[in-house]
Amino acid sequence: MAKTLDQARYKCALGGIQTAQAIEGVLPILHAGPGCADKLATGYGTSGHFAPRIFPCSNLSETEIVFGGEKRLQELIENAVRVIDADLYIVLTGCSAEIIGDDAEEVVNQFRARGKPVIHASTAGFKGSNYLGYEWILEAIISQYLEKTQPKTETGLVNVFASLPQHDPYWHGNYDALENLLQEIGLKANILFGYGRGVSSIEKIPHAQFNLVVNPWLGVDTAQILQDRFGTPYLHYPNLPIGAFETSRFLSAVGEFAELPTAPVQAVIEEQERRYYYFIERFADLFLENRVMSKRFTVASDAQYALAITKFLVNDMGLFPQKQFAMENVPEKYQADIESSFNDLRYGVTADVSFETDGYLVHEEIKQSDYLGYPLLIGSAWEKKTARETKAHFLPISWPLNERLVMHSSYVGYDGGLKLLEDIYSVVLTRFN
Amino acid sequence: MAFDFESTTFGTREERLGSIVGYVGSIKDLAEQSRCGTLRERGRCFSQSSSCDAGCVLGYITHIRDVALINHAPSGCAAPASPIVTAQTQLAEKRSLSYNTVVLGTDLNESDTIFGAGAGLRQTILETWERYKPAAIFVTTSCVSGIIGEDVDSVIAEAAEEVPIPVVPIHCEGFKSKVWATGFDACDHAILSRIVKPPQQKGNFVNFKNFNESAREDIIDMFDAIGVDTFFLYSNTTLEEISHISEALATVSICGTLCSYLGNGLEEKYGVPYIKAINPLGVTGFETWFREIGRVVGKEKEVEAYITRERAIYIPQIEEVKKKLKGLRVVLGMGSSFAFQVARVVQELDMEVAYVTSWHYDSRYDDGNPPPHVQHLAAHTPVDFPVNIADQQNFELMNILNTYKPDLYLGRHGGTSVWAIKQGVPAIFMADEYMTFGYKRTLSFAHTVLDRITNRSFENNLSARIRLPYTKWWYQQESDSLYKEAE
Repeated sequence: MAKTLDQARYKCALGGIQTAQAIEGVLPILHAGPGCADKLATGYGTSGHFAPRIFPCSNLSETEIVFGGEKRLQELIENAVRVIDADLYIVLTGCSAEIIGDDAEEVVNQFRARGKPVIHASTAGFKGSNYLGYEWILEAIISQYLEKTQPKTETGLVNVFASLPQHDPYWHGNYDALENLLQEIGLKANILFGYGRGVSSIEKIPHAQFNLVVNPWLGVDTAQILQDRFGTPYLHYPNLPIGAFETSRFLSAVGEFAELPTAPVQAVIEEQERRYYYFIERFADLFLENRVMSKRFTVASDAQYALAITKFLVNDMGLFPQKQFAMENVPEKYQADIESSFNDLRYGVTADVSFETDGYLVHEEIKQSDYLGYPLLIGSAWEKKTARETKAHFLPISWPLNERLVMHSSYVGYDGGLKLLEDIYSVVLTRFN
Repeated sequence: MAFDFESTTFGTREERLGSIVGYVGSIKDLAEQSRCGTLRERGRCFSQSSSCDAGCVLGYITHIRDVALINHAPSGCAAPASPIVTAQTQLAEKRSLSYNTVVLGTDLNESDTIFGAGAGLRQTILETWERYKPAAIFVTTSCVSGIIGEDVDSVIAEAAEEVPIPVVPIHCEGFKSKVWATGFDACDHAILSRIVKPPQQKGNFVNFKNFNESAREDIIDMFDAIGVDTFFLYSNTTLEEISHISEALATVSICGTLCSYLGNGLEEKYGVPYIKAINPLGVTGFETWFREIGRVVGKEKEVEAYITRERAIYIPQIEEVKKKLKGLRVVLGMGSSFAFQVARVVQELDMEVAYVTSWHYDSRYDDGNPPPHVQHLAAHTPVDFPVNIADQQNFELMNILNTYKPDLYLGRHGGTSVWAIKQGVPAIFMADEYMTFGYKRTLSFAHTVLDRITNRSFENNLSARIRLPYTKWWYQQESDSLYKEAE
């Protein structure tokens, strides 16, 4: 039922446009209202090769609402293929098209039958969030574009599904960092999203040795579909690794799943930790002797960052978690596992996690918590006001992110942990006492 | 025209103003067809993602700083809420004001599309009041609420009895109008019909309708010089302040598209004169506009004194810089008012208008007359330059830029100027509505143009290294080859 949407962390399923857009050579064609792509393009980094103003769109108006829009869609696809160069055209249907009952799949099938690289995903906004839209688009690609591909396993090739493209401001940097980490231990990441990847990466999907999902829940269904379709096993590593403790654990787990010899993986870990702690040692005085740094923290973001940052701050930096908030409308079936991940912290530390989606209620809880000093509040632009009211050290990192620019940096891995410390302390250092 | 402020709905721009988003012709043809009432929409068999009136409402009504907006829609429709709140907060902070407007939604889901979502909307209205105590709650509709036939007005009427503030529907279903500027009218209809009170006394101020009030201080000084106060709207206003706009001496605006409904509506309902002259962009625009204001408020002498004083300072400087701009060929892509007003400024600065693409076009304004700036431009232009009307159809714009290869592109909406530079054309993003306002800013605009065409590093670096999304075939076609015949 309709509910109060207040300071949301998710968009609608059609927000999956951003997933399609993040795959080079893939052009979303929208059977949707005129304003959908415009509104869903919030955030920066939207003037790439294909961008919202480039997406073909039926711009559904009263005429189509009344008389149906299939003919319009047919005409739109026909001309999209003539006007815009793309490797793959993906028709995404929005709310209006689906409520009026247009059969987009049938229209798309006419093109597929003629050998055109056109597929369809149902992404009506009322059906779910953009997180789900991401999974539905991947499912459409697997079932339609890879329909006839037979897998030929390439040892060491790993499909990686982690951050939600474009919605997570750090998505590109995160994928790059994961790719580099896998490379360190001798694995080759196959990633769909970002620079230099694209449709050729899609085509490699069936041939991976295994699928690696690095997210508390997003992409698990995708990995399951790939297992069913191509028999590819998957490792679900529920935590995006930030800092030494978690990154080392991540490399060990991936190495073990890939059946790599232990010693070389261990050698990589030891070298990386030595380097990481070279920096930590040099700056440990600041971390320990700063007068105002928070003792306790809250992350109000999606499950990915709530969990990843909690693990980092507890396991690497010795901080204590107040309540954490995973606010992207996490499907119920994953919630228990995520809760137990929050209890898997060193020295028996546990963290309460809430899946509340209502920003107002989250902020009320934050205001009533005792952080034993200045709170450390990590979240989105929506937390700015609450941070002021609670005198928190405030670092916005996730969508919606308005007053910071992220191009390709990342908090993932050993270097990512150091980068997160840089950003946190750049806020902390603006205060003396 | 006769406004109906009793109804919660109002006519779209297509219905009221004969507005169109598909046309190719020339400035003289456009002006003539506007006078004759013969302009017809030409549909397209290919189109790219545009914008909707609901988005326009979301970005515009939230300029008021003490209200709530509830978007009765799926979550994605409210996705711009945060960037909007951030921008408005920054605008308020610039003036040391607090911004407390909130944007909520009803997160419509699949079962709502089948069973309706009235109960959820009612709950959200009550919840919004409990949480934020806003001065009013505006409920905006969406494609989904419209298609499923939700009776939003009744739900609002019932909920309104339980809260001590106005709860006002704004009908802006995204499919209703092809012209997103209909969203401005939706806001103004709500304000005029439900918020503005009859005048208690006559004030000594003009209503100044604009977007983001960047020239506020200069404008205050300017009106001070003629002994009149200014009230800017809706940026940084409170609902209480807005309720008094019926007491103004006159309504003036920076943009004819923006103010047609409010200006003419206020004139018809409360007799507040609306200044219908061309807008104050460039020298001619400014002087024509300010003289008309002087005439209407009885301050002709003061206006002339101001003009004489300012001319002495700025005109020689403008004349000097003009020499370096002479002959530059310019393509403009802007809204229905700015496109043709800035084209006039371009010609004033001795540059050539190679092409104007306007995101929509109103054949007439709410007073029944064709837009004066188009008539003015058609009468004064040295050549009958080509014009198209296209709702930010990027493929047409890129085709036009490729055909006309201008020295400069001027764009006024995010997401178009970047495409010009991708094609190697220097571009200026004219988001600030005051960029060519009056003498001082016309001068600084001229300098900006000179800077822009001098240092071409950015566009040349970028355009040399990227691939454009369009096929060769498309660049070989006429820009209107995917239009249909007039409906």
